[in-house]
Amino acid sequence: MTAGHPVELEPLFGDYPLDQAFDEMRAPGGEVRPQYRALAETLASLPADELRRRKQSVDLAFLTQGITFTVYGREEGTERIFPYDLLPRLVTAQEWDRIERGLTQRITALNLFLRDVYSEAKILADRIIPRDLIYSCRHYRRQMRGLQVPRNVYIAVVGSDLLRLNSGEFVVLEDNLRVPSGVSYMLTNRRVMKRTFPQLFSSYGVRPIEHYPQVLLATLRSLAPEGRPEPNIVLLTPGVFNSAYFEHTYLARQMGIDLVEGRDLVTHDNIVYMRTTDGLKRVDVIYRRVDDDFSDPLVFRSDSALGCAGLFNAYRAGNVTMANAFGSGLADDKAVYAFVPKMIRYYLNEDPILPNVETFLLSEEKDRKHVLANLDKLVVKAVGESGGYGMLIGPQSSARQREDFACQIEANPRNYIAQPTLDFSRAPCLVDDRLEPRHVDLRPYILFGDKINIVPGGLTRVALEKGSLVVNSSQGGGSKDTWVLE
Amino acid sequence: MLSRVADSLYWMSRYLERAENTVRLLDVTMGLMLDPGGANAEQRWQRMTAALGRPVGIEWNGSLEAMARKLVFDQVDPSSVTFCVSAARENARQVREEISTEQWQRLNRLFHQIHSPNAQAQYATSASDMLASVVDGIHLFQGVGDSTMIHGQGWQFIRLGRSLERAYATATLLEVYQSELFHAHERESSGYQYLELVGLLRCCTAFEAYCQVYTADLSPERILEFLVLNRDFPHAIRYCVENIRTAIESIQRTGGRRSPEDVFAGVGKLHAMLGYTTIGEILAGDAAAFLHNIRAQCLRIHELVYRNYVQYSIQSALAV
Repeated sequence: MTAGHPVELEPLFGDYPLDQAFDEMRAPGGEVRPQYRALAETLASLPADELRRRKQSVDLAFLTQGITFTVYGREEGTERIFPYDLLPRLVTAQEWDRIERGLTQRITALNLFLRDVYSEAKILADRIIPRDLIYSCRHYRRQMRGLQVPRNVYIAVVGSDLLRLNSGEFVVLEDNLRVPSGVSYMLTNRRVMKRTFPQLFSSYGVRPIEHYPQVLLATLRSLAPEGRPEPNIVLLTPGVFNSAYFEHTYLARQMGIDLVEGRDLVTHDNIVYMRTTDGLKRVDVIYRRVDDDFSDPLVFRSDSALGCAGLFNAYRAGNVTMANAFGSGLADDKAVYAFVPKMIRYYLNEDPILPNVETFLLSEEKDRKHVLANLDKLVVKAVGESGGYGMLIGPQSSARQREDFACQIEANPRNYIAQPTLDFSRAPCLVDDRLEPRHVDLRPYILFGDKINIVPGGLTRVALEKGSLVVNSSQGGGSKDTWVLE
Repeated sequence: MLSRVADSLYWMSRYLERAENTVRLLDVTMGLMLDPGGANAEQRWQRMTAALGRPVGIEWNGSLEAMARKLVFDQVDPSSVTFCVSAARENARQVREEISTEQWQRLNRLFHQIHSPNAQAQYATSASDMLASVVDGIHLFQGVGDSTMIHGQGWQFIRLGRSLERAYATATLLEVYQSELFHAHERESSGYQYLELVGLLRCCTAFEAYCQVYTADLSPERILEFLVLNRDFPHAIRYCVENIRTAIESIQRTGGRRSPEDVFAGVGKLHAMLGYTTIGEILAGDAAAFLHNIRAQCLRIHELVYRNYVQYSIQSALAV
């Protein structure tokens, strides 16, 4: 990809702004980073309307393939295509190596933590984490105490959100241990990119991710109950109205397993069956995309119609495996997050490879005073929420919003944490035929069966609104393909 | 296969068949209205709606244009083409993992096509072209399905749904027409009469096929014979019932832990009736009652299929 003569790159960027935030493509001086050179040259060599044409053909492909997600709280047009940016985000082999090691370490520690908390709770006895913080967590499940899960794996599927700070260093913003979604977009983005930029793709030597469904299936199989050599594995979805329904069908199809809803399942004598045209068929492993709360009306929320009565008892009896285990959400509580570096030191006796973002616990009086005095500079988040809901972004908030949040914090301090407003990295996106920088994060997907497996890549989410810091799809975020280079 | 999945595939297929049937009846009826004489516009419209099972919401109100539009585009009226296509897609969306990607894309494209503002514009320019493109979309979906989907249980449920819907629709159509064909007036071989008979055949895409078997000499008796008893023509009731029978046998062969005797008996009865009755016998007796009986048996088969494969009780399943 070394061009004979240098291509003029200046017109490509126009008045593309650079400031202290880390730009994925350009160094502070404005020169294109070496790994992005070939991409920039390809872009510069294409006429502007050619990019637009390719973008339109991609949008149309998404629509006809029905690659959509559902936005809650709107009557019409609830099905939308997931906004997609044409330019890939590049991660060098060296950067990836660090991410991979860091996440492996982190997930190992989080899993040990769950096992510990639901059995002997040594970490609490040793006062590394305050006891009341754990027992007051909304996602702590008393029912899980003393229960042995297969291979001691609580979290088989994890998606951790990484940000890159001004220094160029990756940090972990949060871990999603309940039902992380988005992996289908990672896979379809790749398919689309291969079609849109075939030569560029092959010249880059990008590490493949397409085997994800196969690895997921192997992970689930490795967690099957004892004595079930040919386990029947199913994916449990809340149904067609769930925002990630496309993903559920996509994964079930790619793995060749049945996609079931709660109403397809029945339990009898602590065994889970599904209703088929041939009668009842036993179920051994459930890849669960339904929250704890809605999984079993006998044990959790009794008004849920999404789950299956008796599921938890079958699980307790060891007759069916849940991935992820009930109660895993405890470890992605945003206040518990603050203790992950301590967990890594406690369980593994290692220093964390990927640092945390500085986090203030509002249940601590000292922290709370500081936060309330600086609400306009900080980001406040509800500990049990996800998807960008229940958040206050200080610098972009009104006095009224800050007042509201202050009241809520005073009323229930345990429910909130605060973090500095991060200036995280930006990557060039195609906006109105021009390149403009937009904030991006990175969500790699970690699979944990007989060992930890991370496919090289992940979902790069983009805050498509200019200046916005929120990348969640439910809040107008989009995505990019992520190329991890050899 | 999951019972819910079988249910969705079955209804996806029925809804598409229903959409196609509605489109064809509407197209033929509007074509007939171009010629004056014979039945007037209101009678023709009534006849068509009767053949569609008298859906509420599209009663004659004098404005053909508005009613026809409603029958094609209305989003909430369950008899409209748009509603049927949406319902088919919604069913397909719930079993997205069971049908092939190619199939899904075809259906999704049809859905977006009929919902786009262009469809209304195209309809205004040429209703016939627009309706033909909908039928094309459905045929493409079926063709793609036949060539890309595993011909296992899921495919058999699709085939079952299509055949049952079609047998029922053809029986309903003939029941509506038969009084006009055999009783209403002494036979006059006028041009208008000819047009009506061609219209009836076109409702089942049967005109050319009929001509191949009987030549273009159209007679009500032969048309009835052709559309009820022909064993080779895909819209003939006997052909559909044969398909229903083989579909259920295949479903039973590829799984079938449960006792299927009553389903077999229900299908076998209708199958035998159509196989061993002659047109002479039908005409000598009460043709309307005969057709009505076919419809009743179709409903019975639907019920038996449900009870055996979809909505069986847990107790009965555990007892086996």
